[in-house]
Amino acid sequence: MSIRIDAAACIGCGRCTEICPGSLILRGADGKARLRDVRDCWGCTSCLKECPVHAIRFYLGADIGGRGSELHTEQQGNILHWIIDLPDGTRRDIPVNQKESNRY
Amino acid sequence: MKTEFIRTDLLIIGGGTAGCWAAITAAQTGRRILICEKAHIKRSGCLAAGVNALNAYITKGKTPQDYADYCKQDAAGIARDDLLLSLAERFNSVTARLEELGLVILKDADGNYVSRGWRNIKINGENIKPLLAEAVSRYDNITVRNHVNITDLAVSGNRVQGAYGIGIRDDTFYCIEAPAVLIATGGAAGLYRPNNPGFSRHKMWYPPFNTGAGYAMGIRHGAEMTTMEMRFIALRCKDTIAPTGTLAQGVGARQINAAGEVYEQKYGLTTSERVYGTVRENLEGRGPCYLRTEGISPEQDDALIKAYLNMAPSQTLRWIEQGKLPSQQNVEIEGTEPYIVGGHTASGFWVDASRATTIGGLYAAGDVAGGAPQKYVTGALAEGEIAAESISRYLDTAPAAALDPDDLDAHRQEIERYLAPAEPENPDTAETLEAAMQQVMDTCAGGIGTHYQYSAAQLAKADAEIRLLEQRTERLHAADFYALMQIYELRERLTVCRCVIAHLNARKETRWHCFAERTDFPLRDDRDFRCFVNSRLEGGEFRIILRDLRARGGECNEHPD
Repeated sequence: MSIRIDAAACIGCGRCTEICPGSLILRGADGKARLRDVRDCWGCTSCLKECPVHAIRFYLGADIGGRGSELHTEQQGNILHWIIDLPDGTRRDIPVNQKESNRY
Repeated sequence: MKTEFIRTDLLIIGGGTAGCWAAITAAQTGRRILICEKAHIKRSGCLAAGVNALNAYITKGKTPQDYADYCKQDAAGIARDDLLLSLAERFNSVTARLEELGLVILKDADGNYVSRGWRNIKINGENIKPLLAEAVSRYDNITVRNHVNITDLAVSGNRVQGAYGIGIRDDTFYCIEAPAVLIATGGAAGLYRPNNPGFSRHKMWYPPFNTGAGYAMGIRHGAEMTTMEMRFIALRCKDTIAPTGTLAQGVGARQINAAGEVYEQKYGLTTSERVYGTVRENLEGRGPCYLRTEGISPEQDDALIKAYLNMAPSQTLRWIEQGKLPSQQNVEIEGTEPYIVGGHTASGFWVDASRATTIGGLYAAGDVAGGAPQKYVTGALAEGEIAAESISRYLDTAPAAALDPDDLDAHRQEIERYLAPAEPENPDTAETLEAAMQQVMDTCAGGIGTHYQYSAAQLAKADAEIRLLEQRTERLHAADFYALMQIYELRERLTVCRCVIAHLNARKETRWHCFAERTDFPLRDDRDFRCFVNSRLEGGEFRIILRDLRARGGECNEHPD
């Protein structure tokens, strides 16, 4: 389980560096975000939610059954969209209204 | 290396659930409060990803005593009635306050909270940590220093004077003078070899960044600790280590073995027995084990997918990418590696009713405070509130704090030693020694590898190995302040490991399967061990103190000596 930072999309704002609960994200010499060690991510997805340009993708490692899909989030008002890109090119968008409680 | 001195009235170590709540409570008195947080309070601690229910709430027709009785029963008697009651009495008021701060809670048509079982309520807790951080930011007298990792307490004459720390992003040595300190650092993960030690080594239930720093700091200064042998092992969805309560309580999924037989009743329904049953079924050839979700409705699938996104998004990602929703495939379950966490079991600082530890001016709240299992989120909030109220009274007459210049120098020199150039012949790093520690704990102190079981002979070996690893940390080298933090984290874990081993060895019985299960003392012994196992580190060795349980509703056994 870890994250992948898209260097082309990253604007170097530093928000993920600030927020990571493990202080795992650095800013490289080019100012862009870089993960210290892919094995150290807890998978909390805080950085995904913080990234203003959706440059951070979250995936499950093969050792825990990951199949190569990537997850990111996009906020629109009260709706947090959880977007999963599957390896076959299809996309699932799961909108969660943050003003609604879990049913379970 | 820069040095920064700060004076404050109250230092709170750790800006998680308990720490934030304590800060906003203590802020009402107008005193200066400093929160030192190793990450950033908006998303730090165990609630970084959110939480999908409040597991401790007094629902209609129930009383705080019902909750305390339930916790004691689940812990086979080893819990403090006074502490549990004081938390349970505040569950509902802190929940109401959380709702005012913006937490979404499910209500029925009459405006009452909808419960999940008799002690849980349903929420959308994805943003619980940002809400707490925002509440903290409204007070001018609270200062938050993010990315400052406290590494040790300053204690003179058994009274706290403040703390020392390192700034991970500003390469600074922090010296903080404070007459009162609240430890709210959370519990300890990463002591034992995790479920998936390779690429996904940090896919744990509890945050891998919670090292047991608070326990370690207290232990080193001789604080009395309690019940460190009552480890917590979570029953989780296999691989993703996502919670199972949402499936068990939300859609009524039962625990079944590979043959489809429900095995729960066979072993009992306490928290530890649910893990134990799963271990036994596997050992006896009836695994894998599952939560039976096949056949639930499409609406239930949809609700589960969303509920998991609000706390453990890996599980939703797994369902989607494997193309099998819970209605189509039962969810495989497993036990995690053991953690030390006082919000779930009774491990932690031995505190009195005010949450004072045995060190003057030092208080504890949340996962780091012992005696009160199953406090969960609302209990951590309540405990932060109680501690803050006590500290406010204490500060009225507290003596001024003063850091000892020699102690300060010793701490500075230690940092300089770690930052000095590496010894060319030393192959050790914090990472290799951490892996060694986890291996020792796994094989000799009851990890996953031994089905959570251990004996006196194994514990003796574990203790010897952990002491050797402690010595090897002295020669480690840090290239920068992040690496420096990793060395301190390793040292914290090793200190906690030694304490856990001493406690496991002292409780010569098996009271809780898996949590503390001995092969040499496989039975429960109510004659000798229906008591608290406490300890103090004295001259480098742990002195074990057995303390009596007190009657229900009775006065508490605080600090008799």
